[in-house]
Amino acid sequence: MSCPITSKAELAKLSPAKAEELDGFLTSLPLTEDREKNRGFLIQSLHKAQEIFTYLPSVVQIHVANRLGLHLAEVNGVISFYSYFTDKPVGKYKINICTGTACFVKGADKLVDEFQRYLGLKVGETGTDGKFSLINLRCVGACSMAPVVMVNERVYGKVTTKMVPEIISDCK
Amino acid sequence: MIDTPAKLNSHAEKLAKAKAKTGSTILVSLGTCGIAAGGRPIQEKLVAEAAARKAEIEIVEVGCMGLCHSEPTLEVINNSTGKSVIYGNVKLDQVPAIIETASKGIEAASCEVLKPSWFYPEDNETATAERIQARIVLKNTGKINPEIIDQYLAVKGYQALSKAVHEMTSQQVIDTIIESGLRGRGGGGFPTGKKWAFAAAQKNDQKFVLCNADEGDPGAFMDRAVLEGDPHSVLEAMAITGYAINSNTGIIYIRAEYPLAVKRLEIAIEQAKKLGLLGDNILGSKFCFDIQIKYGAGAFVCGEETALIHSVEGKRGEPTVKPPFPAIQGLWKKPTVVNNVETFANVCAIIRNGAAWFKKIGTAGSPGTKVFALAGKVKKVGLVEVPMGTTLRQIIFTVGGGIMNDRKFKAVQTGGPSGGCIKFDQIDTEIDYESLKRLGSMMGSGGMIVMDEDDCMVNVAKFFLEFTLDESCGKCTPCRIGNKRLFEMLTRICDGRGTMQTIQDLKDLSYTIKDTALCGLGQTSPNPVLSTIAQFENEYLGHIKDKRCEAGVCKSLLKFEINEKCVGCTLCARNCPASCITGSVKQRHSIDQNKCLKCGVCMEVCKFHAVERK
Repeated sequence: MSCPITSKAELAKLSPAKAEELDGFLTSLPLTEDREKNRGFLIQSLHKAQEIFTYLPSVVQIHVANRLGLHLAEVNGVISFYSYFTDKPVGKYKINICTGTACFVKGADKLVDEFQRYLGLKVGETGTDGKFSLINLRCVGACSMAPVVMVNERVYGKVTTKMVPEIISDCK
Repeated sequence: MIDTPAKLNSHAEKLAKAKAKTGSTILVSLGTCGIAAGGRPIQEKLVAEAAARKAEIEIVEVGCMGLCHSEPTLEVINNSTGKSVIYGNVKLDQVPAIIETASKGIEAASCEVLKPSWFYPEDNETATAERIQARIVLKNTGKINPEIIDQYLAVKGYQALSKAVHEMTSQQVIDTIIESGLRGRGGGGFPTGKKWAFAAAQKNDQKFVLCNADEGDPGAFMDRAVLEGDPHSVLEAMAITGYAINSNTGIIYIRAEYPLAVKRLEIAIEQAKKLGLLGDNILGSKFCFDIQIKYGAGAFVCGEETALIHSVEGKRGEPTVKPPFPAIQGLWKKPTVVNNVETFANVCAIIRNGAAWFKKIGTAGSPGTKVFALAGKVKKVGLVEVPMGTTLRQIIFTVGGGIMNDRKFKAVQTGGPSGGCIKFDQIDTEIDYESLKRLGSMMGSGGMIVMDEDDCMVNVAKFFLEFTLDESCGKCTPCRIGNKRLFEMLTRICDGRGTMQTIQDLKDLSYTIKDTALCGLGQTSPNPVLSTIAQFENEYLGHIKDKRCEAGVCKSLLKFEINEKCVGCTLCARNCPASCITGSVKQRHSIDQNKCLKCGVCMEVCKFHAVERK
């Protein structure tokens, strides 16, 4: 296992303020020598890290692994398992198309096609300019407004393919 | 600090006395759907208008009322008479009229008035024909402000916990729950009391109470509504469980996708601790109990209890073989009771009112109520809580108002990706755990998606398989590879490349997966396939033999043609994204089938019904 100090220094190269914020959070956890107990804090640490850095690049993963006394492979294994975590940068606007059952029966697949065509992106991709990411989401629980599209925190209900340009132009 | 049962009672009495006897109270539904539909500005305007008129009106933020189809929703209660009016689809400009009429006990003329269909079996056990819903779980949801503990205390809050720790032994609590016949509402239907008894019988210095709030089933939002609308009922029930099994630690495992529920839970925990209703020596007894929140990170399989436990431990959420059951060896290898949010939400009412009361509601094998998230092609999408034994017809057609746009009902899907589809001729089935299983579906967590004649059942099966493929953890071969093969076969049928052998192969492989997969997710994943084959075999045959998708969903099997009604207006040609429609003005047009994308735009824009889908 590498030295914790080095990994923090590497992290600081990304952004000193963000590195400090994450490190402060990790320090506040009641961590011990017991790896198994520390592991219980892994998912919440990753949530925090992703909140700070918007994604989880390898330097972040290494730092979290070091501080919790876990192997990088274990941390990476958790990130790749859960759909909420991403190790790739995401766009400024995350266009989440709900593809839960209620949205599906109300034509979410047509919206997926139209967004892909309009933005020239496939689901799961981020545009080269870093502005938009197209994401499939499983149910936000707003089934009464199906089909639903969520752009960052903003929810659009009863979306039709005709509304796609309008939704994109709201992202200014 | 409330440290004795007497103080709890006198506090509740004080709150009851302090309750306004004059003026009006306006409840504003502000759950996730209410906020998304624009409830927040309505609430702000209500507050501003009421203040401007110096009206004697209290505006209260509440959780989801269950009337999601008509959000923003509000309920105006006349405090002196107790009568109330519910307004739906409220618009900002209607707010002044609502405030104007609120205190007079009359309905604002410009608003849509809704009739509630529920009753509360604790106060009023009579159900008239139009009152199909019975509220136990959702009793306070949409009635009290979830962020103010006093509102919960005013409606007998924490009295069940007080009764348990002061008047009952642990064994009596367990016996009451066993006697009530309460079964796990997460889908499995395992008797809750038995689960508790197993954990209670373990001799261990540390045990855990885990609340499963990882509502991953797409199209289900019951647990979210309870946590957003009545978080204390879950906290109180977890503490009662802790008392019953001799545990001092509760953990709520909640989806990160539910930020509002998390926020309200955090507030509730803090308030309960401050009053001494959680923490050390609860209500002056020797019992101590603390609750923490752990976040999920988006994995459907984590609804399975062993996978959930691994996720709390910070590992990949992969299930393990049972036994050992979590009640014997669960979180950190300690005895652990895992219950769903809705199961917990039943506990306090049972402890307060007794097992006999609970058994009067519902059916003999499945007492109590069940909350369903009614969605899809139904007119009134929303949360519905009905006694077990209510028929699907009552839920879909009476409470749900029937099918949207007056289309024909085709099927209702229950149990999410583990469930199945139920046809019209079975719609009078009285639902409980067993009856749904007999129909090849299951209760599941309570998602209920209604489909009409425009839905292709083969495609629906394919949709659920795609979901399972995404969510399969990959640990066992039947689920990881078997479901992939099922998905490919369904894709072949939807593309018109299926044969009769494909149906046989689908069935064979489905049964193999059911028999051999490791966990509940894998074992139930072929259910959507088997149930659609059993109920809608003709649609499979249509795709295979006639190369036809009756619902007009499977693109490869569609063909658009222009008939003699065409007047040559060129509208279709101008709108066609593939530029594959040719023809001169005032001449009948034609579609180049080789270039056609089958998007259907020509059919949508044609004013003369000249485009036919075949």
